[in-house]
Amino acid sequence: MGTLTDLTIAQAAAGLKAKEFTAAELTEAHIAAMEAGQALNAFITETPDIARAQAKESDARRARGQAKGPLDGIPVGVKDLFCTEGVLTTAASHILDGFKPAYESTVTRQLKDAGTVMLGKTNLDEFAMGSGNLTSHYGPVISPWKAADGKDRVPGGSSGGSAAAVAAHLALGATGTDTGGSIRQPASYCGIVGLKPTYGRCSRWGIVAYASSLDQAGPMARTVEDVALLLRAMAGHDPKDSTSAPIAVPDFAAALTGDIRGLRIGIPDEYRVEGMPGEIEALWQQGMAWLKEAGAEAVPVSLPHTKYALATYYIIASAEASSNLARYDGVRYGLRVPGDSLDEMYEATRGAGFGAETRLRVLMGTYVLSAGYYDAYYLKAQRVRTLIARDFRNAFETVDALLMPTAPSAAFALDEKTDDPVAMYLNDVFTVPISLAGLPAMVVPAGLDAQGLPLGLQIVGKPFDEETVLKVGGVMEKSAAFTAKPSFLREA
Amino acid sequence: MADWIITGETGDWELVCGLEVHGQVVSNAKLFSGSATAFGAEPNTQVSLIDAAMPGMLPVINEYCIEQAVRTGLGLKAEINLFSVFERKNYFYADLPQGYQISQFKHPVVGEGVVILDMPDGTTREIGIERLHMEQDAGKSMHDQDPKRSFIDLNRSGVCLMEIVSKPDIRAPEEAGAYLRKLRSIMRYLGTCDGNMEEGSMRCDINVSVRKVGETGLRTRTECKNLNSVRFVMQAMEYEAARQVEAYEAGEEIIQETRLFDSAKGETRPMRTKEFAHDYRYFPDPDLLPLKLTQDFVDRIKATLPELPDDKKERFIRDFGLTPYDAGALVASRRMAEYFETVAKGRDAKTAANWVISNLAGLLNAKGLDIAACPITAENLGKLIDLITAGTLSGRLAKEVFELMAETGKDAEAIVEEKGLKQISDTGAIEAVIDDLIAKNLGQVEQFRAGNEKVIGWFVGQVMRATQGKANPGVVNQLLKDKLKG
Repeated sequence: MGTLTDLTIAQAAAGLKAKEFTAAELTEAHIAAMEAGQALNAFITETPDIARAQAKESDARRARGQAKGPLDGIPVGVKDLFCTEGVLTTAASHILDGFKPAYESTVTRQLKDAGTVMLGKTNLDEFAMGSGNLTSHYGPVISPWKAADGKDRVPGGSSGGSAAAVAAHLALGATGTDTGGSIRQPASYCGIVGLKPTYGRCSRWGIVAYASSLDQAGPMARTVEDVALLLRAMAGHDPKDSTSAPIAVPDFAAALTGDIRGLRIGIPDEYRVEGMPGEIEALWQQGMAWLKEAGAEAVPVSLPHTKYALATYYIIASAEASSNLARYDGVRYGLRVPGDSLDEMYEATRGAGFGAETRLRVLMGTYVLSAGYYDAYYLKAQRVRTLIARDFRNAFETVDALLMPTAPSAAFALDEKTDDPVAMYLNDVFTVPISLAGLPAMVVPAGLDAQGLPLGLQIVGKPFDEETVLKVGGVMEKSAAFTAKPSFLREA
Repeated sequence: MADWIITGETGDWELVCGLEVHGQVVSNAKLFSGSATAFGAEPNTQVSLIDAAMPGMLPVINEYCIEQAVRTGLGLKAEINLFSVFERKNYFYADLPQGYQISQFKHPVVGEGVVILDMPDGTTREIGIERLHMEQDAGKSMHDQDPKRSFIDLNRSGVCLMEIVSKPDIRAPEEAGAYLRKLRSIMRYLGTCDGNMEEGSMRCDINVSVRKVGETGLRTRTECKNLNSVRFVMQAMEYEAARQVEAYEAGEEIIQETRLFDSAKGETRPMRTKEFAHDYRYFPDPDLLPLKLTQDFVDRIKATLPELPDDKKERFIRDFGLTPYDAGALVASRRMAEYFETVAKGRDAKTAANWVISNLAGLLNAKGLDIAACPITAENLGKLIDLITAGTLSGRLAKEVFELMAETGKDAEAIVEEKGLKQISDTGAIEAVIDDLIAKNLGQVEQFRAGNEKVIGWFVGQVMRATQGKANPGVVNQLLKDKLKG
């Protein structure tokens, strides 16, 4: 049964359809893998009983000839930022101690409705704040990849648990959320495919909020096709989310024609940042060469405000986070630490409930919004954000998609950068501009660095043009033929 | 309106005041959730996941609430902003579950407008409206349920409020009273706020400063929050103005602060001190897109507006020949105005107005009744007036019949019939009574003839008493004059 966990979603769907195995068998194999992979700490909560029950229902549906589609019976992981009815939902924070929502997020509801099987809730950075999965109250996730130096690596963040689970074959796919790169950077670090859809493509209802104007749910899986299949189920207009776009959901998998002849691919000059390792630059060139071979045209473009993106992002995201996290006050749910007055109770609860990084961002956000600083920071950041979005709009007047690196390096070691927040924030330098502009972007594994760690390339599309992103990504996936396996799988 | 001046030791001072009125929007659901909004429901029975700020919950604008705010703006003859933004006002309080209130700050839905006050002397005065913005209400802390703990009722959390901010145009407590009554009247006409201050659906904050008469700048103001009656507003304003004058004259400065009105003691005192200087950290709510309205949407609402008090008042003056004061009194309540129009139809409007303003309003006031629960229908009051016009009832008898109508709900004719209250206009019968009186009271007749005209009143009273009030006073007067002169 071990090989069942090596399938892609598309292959598993075909096997289920052909009755080569049952959803129960497929699920059982993944439950076993999840248990065997506990050392990775990819899951905060495992839900094998729910998975078994859902698999059973899936098999029953299939027996009645009522299978729901390609995702029926497919075991997935759910980032523990999505509220799941009756299942502990933590956002990896101590402050949500014991919180079991009475409701299901729209995205996970839709995945349930598509017949998927939930294996458990995957680990993440606390409230999705982090680039290394190091800030979780439940401890860091260990990447299934080890570098030549033998040191443990981070899986990236914040969706590090989802990325590690998918890369280590503990799940066929997983949900992630991306605020400034939280799907794409871990996908790159773990050698899988991750897609951040256009802001508004997937409902945010029921997702614990980090930075509302940036947060976006998206799929993580091992192939472009699998990501397309997951995205189809996750996306769609939701009247419960005012920022969700009333736009029809296309059949994303159908976009994978493999034909990118005549497409114009933009190469932004400003992404050649100082100190970027030569191997990242080389990989980028290689990516472009693959696309050219397939008939696309490389077009240099300029995104002049790129250098302000990181500062802008950390101002806006922190500002929104400071406000979004105000509801965790110990009054209605989660942790409460008593105090002699209301203010003392708030202080004690929030002091004990939030980890250091979360406290840092709440403080930064409160600062940038406070009287006397609002204009200098928040308002200016909003203006720069508009300029950044305009850069992309201008670029897309001449190109169909953009190609760029995902992160300035491969995964770093677990103990490498933790005491320098600014160095940590630099991991997001290639992902945040796209988030600020609300654009769709996908990371596809494209090669290994000198240490044998995966590196991904990022394809960025026009708003709501995930189809082109997937099409280009599909071509690159084929050319790159990335078959390297994480050490965790080789050793197993 | 006479100037309202505080005479101090150093000279005359005037009040400068602006009001912020919070009106609860009449709607079946809250501003951002589908929860009900009924008054008086059991605590925490009208709370959705959104109102309780559960993780991952998102607000969705209730379009009807927007419509109501726009309707109110149109009623205030105000500018409607087709582009407005909901912002978060961040602060911590136990009854504020999200840790912020969604409100409008830089871009409110309604801009400048005007409210016209009808002063008791029949003059009018304009109070400028600065803006109307929408916001969600907070919950309610209950401190009296347990010795140690406070309980929170989130029923009101998320209820849609309109905050109507006036310009600092108010110069006297009575103007504030007139402003609140007028605002309430307009909103009730529009059906956008029921204006029940005792139920908390209308509350008021007052911003008070004083200055020397002749000064044009504004001095430091204090804010007195959450006043829930017109009387308290006026009392607080009067107290606060006097306090500030006294402070200035004692050489002290007024500090900008929030104060609380203690209605039992009739005084204001500081609520928050400087250490807790407000820093609400407003920013546009990223969960909500800016509110964009079309002119068509606004026009459609405009087309459904009822005739508002000011227009109705003008029409009453023009068409019915009423005094501005009477017209103003009648239109204060839409129902009262409608009642009056029914009574006045085909009758003398001035008489109808008098009956409605003094007798009917007095009756309702005495019984604490709303016009909707009035025991006398407009049709019946009309018939009563008809009986007076026809000479069947004297004014005095009519009042008696009116009281019986109020008690029994019967119509005027039935009561007159039943009680035999018809006026005696038959000169023969009255003449007989007068002749008898003259014969028996020659002393009084002498006085009259000596020039004491007042004696005639005594005779009228005697005739009325003899006829149990049924004699037609006009006839009595005429006959008495003739006969006493001899």
